[in-house]
Amino acid sequence: MFSFYILVGILLISFVFFFLGKNQAKKVAYTNKKKLHSLIHYYGLYSLLSSLIPTLGIFFAITICDDLLFAELIKKYIPDEVVNSKDYNFTIVLAQINNSVEGLIFGTPPEWVANAAAIWKSWVLKSNTITVAVCTITILVSGFFSLKKIKFEFRSRNAVEKIVTSILAVSSMIAILTTIAIIFSVVFESIRFFALIPYDEFLFGTIWNPQFEGADRAGSGQEGLSQYGAIPLFAGTFLISIIALCVSVPVGLFSAIYLSEYATSKERAFFKPLLEILAGIPTVVYGFFAALTVAPFLRSSGSIFGLNVASESALAAGLVMGIMIIPFISSLSDDVINAVPQSLRDAGYGLGSTKNETVMKIVLPAALPGVVASIILAVSRAVGETMIVVMAAGLAANLTANPLEAVTTVTSQIVTILVGDQEFESAKTLSAFALALTLIIITLAMNFYALHIVKKYREQYE
Amino acid sequence: MNNKIISPSDALDIVKKSIVKRRSRDNRLKLFGRIAIGVAVCFLLTLFYSIFTKGYPGFFQYYVTLDIKFDRERIDPKGDLSDNSLFDGEASIIVNESLYSIIQPKGRKEKKLAKKIVSSGKDVRIAKMVKNNPSLFGTTTSVKFALDDDVDSFLRGYLKRETPENERRISDKAIQFIDKLNEEGRISYEFSDYILGGSASGNAEMAGIKGAFIGSMLTLSVCLLIAFPLGVATAVYLEEIAKKNRITEFIEVNINNLAAVPSVVFGIMGLAIFISIFGMPRSIPLVGGMVLALMTLPTIIISSRAAIRAVPPSVRDAAYGIGASKIQVIFHHVIPLAMPGMLTGTIIGMAQALGETAPLLMIGMVAFIVDVPNSVLDPGTVLPVQIFMWADFAERMFIQKTSAAIIVLLGFLISMNALAVYLRKKLERRW
Repeated sequence: MFSFYILVGILLISFVFFFLGKNQAKKVAYTNKKKLHSLIHYYGLYSLLSSLIPTLGIFFAITICDDLLFAELIKKYIPDEVVNSKDYNFTIVLAQINNSVEGLIFGTPPEWVANAAAIWKSWVLKSNTITVAVCTITILVSGFFSLKKIKFEFRSRNAVEKIVTSILAVSSMIAILTTIAIIFSVVFESIRFFALIPYDEFLFGTIWNPQFEGADRAGSGQEGLSQYGAIPLFAGTFLISIIALCVSVPVGLFSAIYLSEYATSKERAFFKPLLEILAGIPTVVYGFFAALTVAPFLRSSGSIFGLNVASESALAAGLVMGIMIIPFISSLSDDVINAVPQSLRDAGYGLGSTKNETVMKIVLPAALPGVVASIILAVSRAVGETMIVVMAAGLAANLTANPLEAVTTVTSQIVTILVGDQEFESAKTLSAFALALTLIIITLAMNFYALHIVKKYREQYE
Repeated sequence: MNNKIISPSDALDIVKKSIVKRRSRDNRLKLFGRIAIGVAVCFLLTLFYSIFTKGYPGFFQYYVTLDIKFDRERIDPKGDLSDNSLFDGEASIIVNESLYSIIQPKGRKEKKLAKKIVSSGKDVRIAKMVKNNPSLFGTTTSVKFALDDDVDSFLRGYLKRETPENERRISDKAIQFIDKLNEEGRISYEFSDYILGGSASGNAEMAGIKGAFIGSMLTLSVCLLIAFPLGVATAVYLEEIAKKNRITEFIEVNINNLAAVPSVVFGIMGLAIFISIFGMPRSIPLVGGMVLALMTLPTIIISSRAAIRAVPPSVRDAAYGIGASKIQVIFHHVIPLAMPGMLTGTIIGMAQALGETAPLLMIGMVAFIVDVPNSVLDPGTVLPVQIFMWADFAERMFIQKTSAAIIVLLGFLISMNALAVYLRKKLERRW
């Protein structure tokens, strides 16, 4: 709430500078008895921006840094015997102190926690005062400097435009920053994971059985049970994706052919958006549908034929995922089929071929790279899809090719490991990051390949 | 055979013979196409049908009407209508007494059983009523109370009378009581005031989506406030200002990559960067909105760029011709003209964010939170996550409530998409 008030304050003061800047410009124009270089509101805008931007920068820097700084400083106030004890974990201790600061006290915390919390509170108070002081000084100083700058020969429009251009340039950097953040968050933890577990065990091991390290420590006699062979997860992901493709490729491809070659424009205008609705349905809804409608249906119809279908089967998840990715294939394929030049079709008809022959022997071969690309994109969607498999595919890491059994996937393991309370620094938690890294690499590779194909194909006709 | 020269009439014969086969092949392809579309539409209809038939009853539930004597002494012992006083009051005992007077249970055991027929939220209901309308004190009014979820399931026919007592979740005695209430005409099936007005609850009959809905709105507004300006700014920069060089190409590659990254990875990033490094609290809509903003950014950027590209160069040239600067051209002409397209992309991006679950699971928005969040800094959950959580509960009634929540979610998504289509049709100009 404190930050909110400060933000509002900063905005209000900078608005005041907007009017001050405008007034200053009017005064300058009046004393010189000539027209200014720029329109009058540019002078106000200049004052507003040059007071607002540095202050906001400083404000955010302080708010982000102070917690980090406090966390570093509070280490001094943790007694040695706690630090030296066997199960010392700074993150947990920090959480304890933070809870105590916020008044969430469970039981009676040790005295040093209460002390540290008190010290922390005093720091927060200090930092709030400092923030207010620094922000006020910055906004006033930079504001007055900007007013000073407003003279007759000052070209404020050019200055404002320079600032605006750099704001636009900085916001376009967010995409790069996000990528860096993703890589940063995944790679470092993965490196730590591979320091604990050799990468060949992870990549080629056939048993996935992560256990909390705590179980070992508690002496449950299950030491050494943790195994991090990711092959069953890859196999499960692969199996579900294959099932999904078996549904979506024929349905998607044939609908694309029909819509682009046979359908009247009315049919097309009706069915194309209808198919695209499938892509707009949230995945959690598909997951619910798979778990509560499709899976029981498969189970009961399986028992008619004497098949034992697991209640969380790869088939149910794969079928529903196939439904989900139909529009990815049909829409993209439709686009590439439409992009095949009409002259090729006309040439086919001119030789007396039927529509079928034109489509199968001329249009499809010409559109094939694009169709393949659309299928690859759909697969990368399927591989990265989470909620359907979490809700319908189960968590048993079976290494099986039988679609009627329960399998698990990379994404569903990531979710189960990272949802809820985690044990920091344990191999189990870190394994989720290693899985995420492999997931990113796989999906990006597929995407690059698909885009590459599309690019190559486009050049043929343009 | 290919080398043989055939006469035109022979050729005609060959063609005539094959034409039937070729035509039928043509028809077959057409048929396959129709079947494929039929299958896809069939899937869609099945999905909607199963959700709607399951979810429609979720908006309704069974209520029992009881005559309550609003005795101020007992309900509000301190007489100041404060939460504390109402909590000390005997509202639920009054409700139980009224219930006993109808079904007349004998002994403690039966009373205990009878008590459970009415949902445990009865005291909260009375507290709310007297707070809104203190003039109720001193009167005797009939009040509707929700029935317990097992009783509700029994009345809907999911728990069968014929199953042996030890195999069903409701006892014979309880069924007798329900029959008695039914004979008196006190049980009614009505639109549930809990599904839209209630919050997360472990009791299926009192669970509602209000908290999750408000959480969704808060998260979405954070997402919109971050993603829209950033997306538009990036699109403008890349299309209008930046020169084609290595850096802009690198930015473009990054945007395309981000569009392909699975959503769960954005959640991991939120967990590692926002929560672990910046020390932000878990489960708050602010962090959720930030993660979703980064996730929807590529969608907004890509559609905004397309919208900007669609503005014809002649508009820019005309503006330059009367002396506008580059920034003036952009802000006075290009952005207003491209706005419908940008808004369309943004709405589609927001619809995507509204339905997203996986990244929010990662940053802890799965916590069981009863309070409705008041600001972006209060812990909360969102609709899709609420659906995910309810889908795991065993009670029969939760299936209906989950489906009802899905109907609400789908309703919003469909109206957002319809708005996008409308905007595209009405406002987008063809040049």
